[in-house]
Amino acid sequence: MTVETPENPEMPETSDDSVDTAAETGTTPTADHSHDDHGHGDEPSYLTYGMEKGLLSFIKSWLITVDHKRIGIMYLISVLFFFAVAGFTAIAFRIELLTAAPDFMSADTYNKAFTLHGGIMVFLVIIPLTPAALGNFLLPLMLGAKDVAFPKLNLASLYVYWLGAALLVYAVLGGGFDTGWTFYTPYSTTAQGPITWALLGAFTLGFSSIFTGLNFIVTIHKMRAPGMGFFRMPLMLWALYATALTQLLATPVLAITLLLVAMERIMGIGIFNPDLGGDPVLMQHFFWFYSHPAVYIMILPAFGIISELVSVHSRKRIFGYGAIALSSVSIALVGFLVWGHHMFVSGQSELSGVVFSFLTFFVAIPTAIKIFSWVGTMWGGSIRFNTPMLYTLSFLFLFLIGGLTGLFLATMSTDVHLHDTYFVVSHFHYVMASGAVISFLGGLHHWWPKMFGTMYNETAGRVGAVIIFLGFNLTFFPQFVAGSRGMPRRYHEYVKEFEGLQAMSSYGSFILAAGLVWVLCYLLYALFKGPKATDNPWGAVTLEWETATPPIEHNFHHTPVCVRGPYDFPEIDESLSDGKH
Amino acid sequence: MEHAHDPNRPAWVKHYFHSKEQQLSAAKFGMWLFLAQEVLFFSGLFCAYIAFRWLYPETWLSGADQLNKWMGGLNTLVLIASSFTMALAVRGAQTKSPVALKVNLLLTILFACMFMVVKYFEYSHKMHLGIFPAQHYAYEGSTGLMPIFFAIYYCLTGLHGIHVVIGIGFLSWLLFAAQKGRYMDGNYAYVENVGLYWHLVDLVWIFLFPLLYLVK
Repeated sequence: MTVETPENPEMPETSDDSVDTAAETGTTPTADHSHDDHGHGDEPSYLTYGMEKGLLSFIKSWLITVDHKRIGIMYLISVLFFFAVAGFTAIAFRIELLTAAPDFMSADTYNKAFTLHGGIMVFLVIIPLTPAALGNFLLPLMLGAKDVAFPKLNLASLYVYWLGAALLVYAVLGGGFDTGWTFYTPYSTTAQGPITWALLGAFTLGFSSIFTGLNFIVTIHKMRAPGMGFFRMPLMLWALYATALTQLLATPVLAITLLLVAMERIMGIGIFNPDLGGDPVLMQHFFWFYSHPAVYIMILPAFGIISELVSVHSRKRIFGYGAIALSSVSIALVGFLVWGHHMFVSGQSELSGVVFSFLTFFVAIPTAIKIFSWVGTMWGGSIRFNTPMLYTLSFLFLFLIGGLTGLFLATMSTDVHLHDTYFVVSHFHYVMASGAVISFLGGLHHWWPKMFGTMYNETAGRVGAVIIFLGFNLTFFPQFVAGSRGMPRRYHEYVKEFEGLQAMSSYGSFILAAGLVWVLCYLLYALFKGPKATDNPWGAVTLEWETATPPIEHNFHHTPVCVRGPYDFPEIDESLSDGKH
Repeated sequence: MEHAHDPNRPAWVKHYFHSKEQQLSAAKFGMWLFLAQEVLFFSGLFCAYIAFRWLYPETWLSGADQLNKWMGGLNTLVLIASSFTMALAVRGAQTKSPVALKVNLLLTILFACMFMVVKYFEYSHKMHLGIFPAQHYAYEGSTGLMPIFFAIYYCLTGLHGIHVVIGIGFLSWLLFAAQKGRYMDGNYAYVENVGLYWHLVDLVWIFLFPLLYLVK
């Protein structure tokens, strides 16, 4: 990206939205409080407006808000709540797995526990984690817009999320379900329990995801600030755009699939029932047609976060902007064509196995382009080893392991051996847990000052990042070994020889949990007692840092104008560069 | 907001849009994306249709025999007519003619209800014979794997029927608002978007009719 001279950006036609000239000076941009010629000088932040009318109406002003920032924060709280629930469940069954014998919980409880962990983590946590929580907060700010295109639809998506969550919780309280999060037929259509409610819950959650995706696509297309072309958008927005495409186009297929399974349970329509001529493998095809792209719904926003963090904290323009931007979209598109690699042993034809295996290798190309570009960005940069950067490095390391082990599983001959073992469990935790959760934590620390207007303790942050990194590896690395030696997944008791590896994994999970609790503690402390953050503590040049900290209700006093690329840091010496990074 | 007197910025333009053009194009683009989502929602069932028809071609031939082509044909005509009146309703909003808008909305609602009435007679006749989806199938006078054919039939037409009912709800809401004098100020994105939705519902039926009724 090169710094271009401001090409007279299209001026908004209204008198109020005069262009903020501060953006053109090239200095560290700040929200310019001196521009209060319209009388919004002392506007309260988005967190506190409505507070003066008393507590009840303040709470109400949150619950009926259409402000994307407040919706993002409410998403954040809801998602973190369910993250804690899923984490407790995981700790519970890791305690059970400490020893080979069944001693802590019954087989039935164990099945319900891992189903709960998987179902909550996928549908309630990782899918909305970055797009709905961070994305909602950031997307309009980064675009220089005052809100998303459909603010009411945005609020509706939150309420639909709560409704879906309530249905899932109802299913759990009504006895729990043990189908695994995948709801494979014929087990899911014949087993007892409140599975229908769980299906309807996941069905409902899908619409929350669709609403968010639809909103984001329209907002990115129609509401970019003057001067911001598609290739001047921060890479976070490209990633959210690719995610939103996947959310919009894959989720309805899951919706119809879950609906058909529910109908099968309610009125026996038989489409997945072989007794009546139906086909249970068809359900797997439908399910993975969504659920493989869903993996990219989880990981693409992570790519966006890492692109921002690596560039800002290396004080260097991102390497290969266009390649990273387009590789997000190509991952989203190729992601629609690889679902069959979940079904190598389901009895699909050898030919389709080969084709799906081959197509799956294709995903490695755009992913490798990204990793290469991130490392290339750091090369020669002035790297700050602060908390967001430590999470970024942690992500690169873990995701690389996750990605490379994915190739083992994409290869049919090795997959037949590794299918349904701990190797798979470990692989998708390295990809999804590291991808989504570690990058989210990095992003949360990076944007924390903007979101809440306070700073966390930097040392505490670094300590937390290191504990989580170590705990994560201790939890999941032994699972690769156990899996390659034949330890099957979802087993409640197992042969004695895996006890050592399983115990390592369990102790690792305790460390991981302790690390996450540590992060929660110092962030909560920062929220209430932390020192006030400046408007732009990292010296970033994307538009979200140009407004007040925390932002005002309508984001910007004046419509910002985008006059330079998202990574043109002021200290980059143009004379030494050919401008062709 | 404070823009009420600006002729380029009527009062109905939301504060977070620069201009009315931006707002209207965002609304329409959002609707097209929603329709893309709808197509994929139906696509699961269309894939199931393809899979089972490929597995059991004979069943599909005898299944089509059980369906009443005349009723299906009538419903096709009714829906095409409703799409026409819907287009006229949008035209009425564009030309700021309240009578054209209201009359055509009302006609569209009537056609939609007529579709549902015909569908009701089709469904009740089949259920009377014992033709239920899959597990509860109890009709003796047919050959092949009829239960699975009718599972697909009921799912596809049922899902489509639900969309028609939702469409009736949207159309009634438009009519109610038009009665109160809305959509005459250039802000007719709602009318246009419901129109787009209605055309999609119509289009799905245009596919369903030959795929289910006219296989032979």
